[in-house]
Amino acid sequence: MLSLKLETRPEASRLMSYLSPLIAVVLTVLGGLLVFSALGKDPLEGFQVFFLNPVRDWYGVSELLLKAAPLMLCAVGLAIGFRANVWNIGAEGQFIVGACAATGAALLLEDVSGPQVLLAMVVAGALGGAAWAAIPAFLRTHFNANEILVSLMLVYVAQLLVSWLVFGPWIDPDGFNFPQTKMFSDSALLPILVEGTRLNLAFVIALGVLTVGYVFMQKSFLGFKMRVAGEAADAARYAGFSAKLMIWIGLLAGGVCAGLAGMGEVAGPMGQLTDKVGSGYGFAAIIVAFVGRLNPIGIFFASLLMALLFIGGEQSQQYMSLPSSISKVFQGMLLFFLLGSDLFINYRLRVRRTLAKVGA
Amino acid sequence: MEQSLISAVLFATLVAGTPLIIVALGELITEKAGVLNLGAEGTMAMGAVAGFAATHYTGNPYLGVLAGMGAGALMSLLFGVLTLTFMANQVASGLALAIFGVGLSAFIGKPYESLTLPVVPAWKIPLLADIPYIGSALFNQQSLVYFSWALLAGVIWFLYKSRAGLILRAVGESPASAHSIGYPVIRIRYLATLFGGAMAGIGGAFLSVFYTPLWVEGMVSGRGWIALALVVFATWRPLRVLLGAYLFGGVMITQLFVQGSGLNIEVPSQLLSALPYLATIIVLVLISRNQQTIRLNSPQSLGQPYRPDA
Repeated sequence: MLSLKLETRPEASRLMSYLSPLIAVVLTVLGGLLVFSALGKDPLEGFQVFFLNPVRDWYGVSELLLKAAPLMLCAVGLAIGFRANVWNIGAEGQFIVGACAATGAALLLEDVSGPQVLLAMVVAGALGGAAWAAIPAFLRTHFNANEILVSLMLVYVAQLLVSWLVFGPWIDPDGFNFPQTKMFSDSALLPILVEGTRLNLAFVIALGVLTVGYVFMQKSFLGFKMRVAGEAADAARYAGFSAKLMIWIGLLAGGVCAGLAGMGEVAGPMGQLTDKVGSGYGFAAIIVAFVGRLNPIGIFFASLLMALLFIGGEQSQQYMSLPSSISKVFQGMLLFFLLGSDLFINYRLRVRRTLAKVGA
Repeated sequence: MEQSLISAVLFATLVAGTPLIIVALGELITEKAGVLNLGAEGTMAMGAVAGFAATHYTGNPYLGVLAGMGAGALMSLLFGVLTLTFMANQVASGLALAIFGVGLSAFIGKPYESLTLPVVPAWKIPLLADIPYIGSALFNQQSLVYFSWALLAGVIWFLYKSRAGLILRAVGESPASAHSIGYPVIRIRYLATLFGGAMAGIGGAFLSVFYTPLWVEGMVSGRGWIALALVVFATWRPLRVLLGAYLFGGVMITQLFVQGSGLNIEVPSQLLSALPYLATIIVLVLISRNQQTIRLNSPQSLGQPYRPDA
C-alpha cells in the first residue's frame, strides 16, 4: 500500500520559498478559470479579458505600471514591519492621510509655481502617513495596545476624516457640491513620464523607495536586527536590540511609504482629493508584501501582478459585465494559495510503502 | 428623561450590541482553544450576504440566519485548513480571510444591492414586556437578542462547568500536554474554529436580515474587528463580552440620537461616526496598559501553530 506522509524537512527549503509564489499564481489562474466557468462564462474568454487584455499594448502596460507604483510603495513599507513581526495593517489609512496632507500643501501653495510645490507635497504626504502610523506605534510601545487593531481602526477614522474634509472645509466652491477639492494647479501635479499616458514620476519614486528598502533590509545592520527580532524574538532580546525601536521603525516605514503613495495618487491620476481616494491599495499591499516574500525584488513583481488583477477586474466589468470586485476575489485566492503552498517550505511529502495489515 | 426616550435608547443599544456579542463569544471560544482567527470581518460579511440572499429567496429570516451560519462556518473551515492542516501563519491567514471575505461578499452581493427585506417582527414576552421603563426594551426584542443571552449562558456553562470546556481550555493553554494525555488537539481546534466562524456568520446575518435590513457592500464596517478587540477588552471572560458589547452598542447609537434629538450641537457627523472606532482604541489602551492582566488571562498558546509528532 502506498501512503503519503508529511514530514519535517531538516532545513527550510529555499527553493520552495521562491517556487511557492509561482505555484500560487498558477493555482490562482486555474481557480480563475473555474470561477469564470462557474459563472457561465467562457473560461478562455475570461482568461483573455482578465489576464491578457490589460497588457495588450503599451498604453495598457503604462496603466499597469501606474497602478503598481502605489502598491509597491505601500508593500515595501509594510514588509519592513512584517519582517520584525510588527503588523501594521492600516496602510490604507496612512495612504488616505498622506493624500490629505499632500492636498493640504497643494491648496496652501495654490498661488506658488515651481518644483517647490511638489517637494512640499511629497514631504507633507510622507509626514501625514508617518503621523497616522505613529499613533499605533506610540500606543503599542507605551500601552502595549495591539497594533493590528489600532492601525485598522484608524483606517475607518481616516476615511471619515477625508469625507469631512471634502464635504466641509476643502470642498470646491464651484464643484456643484460634489465631495471633492479644486483640481490641482499644474505645479502640484507629478510630471508625466511618457507622453500620451498617465504614467508619472510616482513610478520612479516607487522604484527609488524600493531600492532604499532593499539596501535597508538586506544590507544594513538595523535591517538585520529587525529580521532577527522577527525570526527569533528571544535572541534579539538577548542581544540587546530594542524592541520598541523595532516597532517604531516598522510602523513609521509603513506610514511614510503609504503616505507617499497617497500623495502620488492625488498628485497623479486623480489631480484632486475626493472621498474615493482610499481605493484599497493599502489592503492589497498586504497581499503584495506576502506574495513578494517580504523582499523588495519580490515585491516589485508581486505589485505588477496585483496591478494586473486590479485592471483585469475593471476589464471584466466592462467586457463581461462582471462586478469589478472579482479582482478582490482573485487577490484573496492568491494569498490563500500562497499560504497553503508555503507548507512545503518546512515540510515535504513522502510516499511510503506500508504493508497491508493482515486480515484488514 | 422621558420614559419613551429611555426605552428607545436602551432598545437601540441592545440591538446594536447584539451582533458584537454573538461574534465575540464565537471568537472567544476559538481563542480559548489557542487559535487566533483575525478573519471575523470577512466572515461576517459573508454571513451577511448569505443571510440576505437566503431570506430574499425563501422569505424566512431564520433560514437566512442558518445560511449565514453555514457561510461563516465554511469561511472558518478555509481558515482551519490553512492554519491547522497546512500550518500557515495564523495572523497572515486571518488577514487573508478578512480581505477575501469582504471582496467575495461584494462580488456575490452585487445583484442584491438596492433590494430590501421586510422588517422582522419583534418577539414580545408577555408580562415582562410590561415592566415600566425597561420592559419593552428588554422583552419586546428581536429574537436574536434573546439568542445572544442564551449563547452567553451556554458559553459560560460550557467553558467553566462542562468537561468538554475544560479540555478546550487545556488545549488552548498547552496543546502539547493535552496531546500527551491523548486529546485530539487538532480536531478540537477545528471544532472551536468552526464554532467561531458559525457565530460570526450569524452576527453578519443579523446585520443584513434584522438590523438594517438590506445588503450594501462594506456594511459590516469594522464590526468584525471591534468584536476582536472586545475579546481582548473582556480579557477572555464571557460576561465581560456582554458588558463591552453594550458599551459599544451605546457608543454606536449616540450618533443617531444626537442627530435625531434636535439638540443644537455643532459637531461634524463624521466625528460622531468615528466614535466607535476611537472608543475601541481607547478601550484597548486602557485594558492593555497592564501587561500582566493580558498575560494572565490570554490563552498561553494563542496564535502558535501546533503539530503533533505522530
